Amino acid sequence: MANPSAVCNGHLHHHHHQKQNNILKSGIYKKNGITKGMKKNGVSNGTLHKKTITEHFEQAPMYVAVLTFLGFGVGTIFGYLRDFMRAWGLEKRNVAAEREQQKDFVPLYQDFENFYTRNLYMRIRDNWNRPICSVPGPQFDLMERVTDDYNWTFRFTGRTIKNVINMGSYNYLGFAETDVNALKTVTIELQKYGTGICSTRQEMGTLDKHVELEKLVAKFLGVEDAMVFGMGFATNSMNIPALVGKGCLILSDELNHTSLVLGARLSGATIRIFKHNNMQSLEKLLRDAIIYGQPRSRRAWRKILILVEGIYSMEGSIVRLPEIVSLKKKYKAYLYLDEAHSIGAVGATGRGVVEYFGMSPDDVDVLMGTFTKSFGAAGGYIAGKKDLVDFLRTHSHSAVYATSMCPPVAEQIIRAMKCLMGLDGTTQGLQRVRQLGKNTRYFRRRLHEMGFIIYGNDDSPVVPLLLYMPGKIGAFARRMLEKNIGVVVVGFPATPITESRARFCVSAAHTREMLDTRGLKADVSGLFHSRCSSQRTKIW
Amino acid sequence: MDIKSLKNYLYWLYCQFELITCSYLMEPWEKLLFYTFNITMLVMVLYTAYIFVPVHISTAFQFFLHLLGNQHENTYHENLE
Repeated sequence: MANPSAVCNGHLHHHHHQKQNNILKSGIYKKNGITKGMKKNGVSNGTLHKKTITEHFEQAPMYVAVLTFLGFGVGTIFGYLRDFMRAWGLEKRNVAAEREQQKDFVPLYQDFENFYTRNLYMRIRDNWNRPICSVPGPQFDLMERVTDDYNWTFRFTGRTIKNVINMGSYNYLGFAETDVNALKTVTIELQKYGTGICSTRQEMGTLDKHVELEKLVAKFLGVEDAMVFGMGFATNSMNIPALVGKGCLILSDELNHTSLVLGARLSGATIRIFKHNNMQSLEKLLRDAIIYGQPRSRRAWRKILILVEGIYSMEGSIVRLPEIVSLKKKYKAYLYLDEAHSIGAVGATGRGVVEYFGMSPDDVDVLMGTFTKSFGAAGGYIAGKKDLVDFLRTHSHSAVYATSMCPPVAEQIIRAMKCLMGLDGTTQGLQRVRQLGKNTRYFRRRLHEMGFIIYGNDDSPVVPLLLYMPGKIGAFARRMLEKNIGVVVVGFPATPITESRARFCVSAAHTREMLDTRGLKADVSGLFHSRCSSQRTKIW
Repeated sequence: MDIKSLKNYLYWLYCQFELITCSYLMEPWEKLLFYTFNITMLVMVLYTAYIFVPVHISTAFQFFLHLLGNQHENTYHENLE
């Protein structure tokens, strides 16, 4: 997946001077003694900020691609063999099948996805949906389960596997904890409010806790106002239809999350896709949109909305925010930034990609994020100007019909955010953010030194390790579990069919020893011969 | 020591083969089928090579020798003329 515009041979060099931020915020800066206004023309990378983006999307050597296809070929042949045996009654049928009376109807289970599920996914199904029985902190306990008939059914042995190192939870800042002292306020609120709200925001579901939380979120992000919702996925899928409708244009990134895609489709607007993080593709689409207008009537579009994410969870890449903002200002479009994975995880004080690039939150029209990942709670928020949030309070589907966030969860977010901002009197929040940054860099460097192919930006805590071959997906996850490390492996259909990967999520709660164990144990996967990176000798 | 590291290396190679051709995922009877097919094919190819390669090489050798030999004779006769 070589994306020439994303690979940049540069040294990462970071300037986080307060002065720099202030100057950028005001939009004027001195260069060579001449004061310049904000650049209005041209897409520039590097003049508005001093950060060079280093992202890796290395392509595997040719033999790996050939072997992957070979593996899939063998799997497909055996899939056809098994289907044949099932159809002719030589083997017991465990799959979903149509009823006898419906045999002449349009077939339901003959497409590729069902074939893939029956014959390839079922063989390695034991690596997903593993039930855990403790809090998903840096370590957790797994319930042991075995299968007697090759993953068609499971049974629990009754034992639990203790202290499995957790490399799969989105616990970036380590707020998923059960420490009694930390959760004191949450316990008080639980006893005061109970657990249920039993109403929607617009009826009787707005509590003083929600008002307090919304004010805190707005203060945290540096915007005028914010609104919180009970579910992160629903924040996207229910609010995008409220913001755009028919006659509007949505420009969405190739690799956007399902919630954004669903929200865009539900809205009824026209959707155009641009290549992942590719500014030339986006600019071309913008120009075409403005020059040609709506498809048949050639009228101007009512609104143009650009949908991007802060960190893409399958790639680990970070959005090129400065360029998108300059594009949006030039062509007068709106920007919707989904910071599900990046809020709390990047930036000097954990305020997301906006702070990471040193930009002002006024540049982004709609800031959206979730509390599921870095804050150890559940729910989502939308923040921005007060007019926008007031509009959403009346027009959002989620506000009208969906139950609002429950008070203990709101209190958990409040305490996590206060800790992050330093309002609880300690520097614990900042320490967590720093620890996450250190862990991320260390982990990426170690994996890179071992020669694995890693995708994504050097600062993103989401680390996808490419496995490519279908046989390795199951084998990797199982071996890691044997070594007491729990990982998440992903294959088709969440990723392209030839690029299956193992995705690690680094957490601030991981200690150096845990990461080392992980690193050394990954050496065992020399067995997997995934070390096909040609950049072994690159020194950071 | 050498035997042990050799055995480890062979085991590693076998694991690689299993992973790459997805035979790690197969049930035992499928593996049997797959390996039988592969080994049969391999044995047939080797047998064919054993029977036919020497004959082919000697035929080719003779052909080239004949070609070169002819040239030699022609030039020899020309020189004589």
